[in-house]
Amino acid sequence: MAKTDGNGYTILFATIMVIVVGGVLAGLATGLKPAIKENERFEKQQNILYAMGVNENVEGEGSVNFIPTDRVEAEYDKYIKEAYIIQNGNITQSDEAFTVDMKKQSKLPKNERKMPLFVGEKDGQKYYVVPMYGKGLWDAIWGYVALNDELIVQGVYFDHKGETPGLGANIKERYFMDDFTGERIMQKTQYSGITVAKGNNDPKNERKDDNKVDALAGATITGDGVSAMIKTTLGNYVPFIKDFKTKA
Amino acid sequence: MAILSKKDQRLILDPLADDNPITIQVLGICSALAITAQLKASIVMAVSVLFVLGVGNVVISLMRNIIPSKIRIIVQLIVVATLVIVVDQTLKAFAYELSKELSVFVGLIITNCIIMGRFEAFALGNGPYRSFLDGIGNALGYGVILIAVGFFRELLGSGTLLGFKVLGDPIEKTGLYAFGYENNGFMLLSPMALIVVGLIIWVQRSKNPALVEEN
Repeated sequence: MAKTDGNGYTILFATIMVIVVGGVLAGLATGLKPAIKENERFEKQQNILYAMGVNENVEGEGSVNFIPTDRVEAEYDKYIKEAYIIQNGNITQSDEAFTVDMKKQSKLPKNERKMPLFVGEKDGQKYYVVPMYGKGLWDAIWGYVALNDELIVQGVYFDHKGETPGLGANIKERYFMDDFTGERIMQKTQYSGITVAKGNNDPKNERKDDNKVDALAGATITGDGVSAMIKTTLGNYVPFIKDFKTKA
Repeated sequence: MAILSKKDQRLILDPLADDNPITIQVLGICSALAITAQLKASIVMAVSVLFVLGVGNVVISLMRNIIPSKIRIIVQLIVVATLVIVVDQTLKAFAYELSKELSVFVGLIITNCIIMGRFEAFALGNGPYRSFLDGIGNALGYGVILIAVGFFRELLGSGTLLGFKVLGDPIEKTGLYAFGYENNGFMLLSPMALIVVGLIIWVQRSKNPALVEEN
């Protein structure tokens, strides 16, 4: 077996192995790409519908239940009526809104940024679903906030890439997300966003007009990230949503 | 089992009981703690490891005479990493929600000591057929414990099995809940997985005192 110990042989072996493995993985990735893309699309639809309150949550149970993937496409078409892109102060109806990559957009200068807005309708009421992207403690956080004509939050969905399990990762738990429902983003006529507040004197979140929800214990930075994400994103949409209201 | 010789049978059966990778060799504990809150996740993880270890052992065994000994650990890592990516991508394509639940843990199969251990200890020195049996045996041994832990944690923690409400409805107070039974939320926390594994180890060693190490 001495022949397998030489340097030349080792380098040749390593090279061939890398080529073979690379080829196999590239083939696999290409083959499975359509299925994975479709799953990602369903997930996004589920998240948008979840924020609008179209989900299978059970009253009294704490778990997050989406519309099942086999029905999500039909439900999405049923509830989401229009999609818009806001860019540099102009709003245009565009189906491209669904495919906008929020991560990429967040890195662009403000006047070049594309901001998607989904307008849905449920039980005769209009919902404006705003996607957002921000930074938690360890990595990216993102979410969707659904507002009504009065700029009152109707529901949210948050997700994260790598927040600490049991602490920051709880932003995607129902007890945290449910607190946002009913909260206002305006203080009288002034835009203020919603703060994830530490030491909030309202742990059950009964006061819905204080622009505050109760923070998660041990997740200050993730909570601040959520506050900042909401604050920087929603404000840009306020004039457009008001505009929709005056038109309607 | 008649098609297998006595020696081959032992390759499959030993890791299930007296040479179990989790309870006797105490390997692969991290994933046993992390993903066993639900039976479904346990089963998928067990099947994933079965695939990675079964195929990986055969691949390493087939290459055992041409692998340069200087880079053999790297070669083993590449083989296991490739197989794990195959599993991860396949889950993403066909079981997306589950792949999100298992998230980093599928990736962490790469660092599962059972796999590298079997490559190094068995596949490098044996033929593909026996290596396959060894891989399957060890993965089954790992899977049995995983599924047992998942079974107890989901049953006692959520009152369900594979999502079905087997103990009744906790909200409408039917079945066991009518008699005042409450779900034990503690079962859903990771430390409880360690305790369940500990209990399995205890039961196994009290049944077979030969397994108890002497100081």
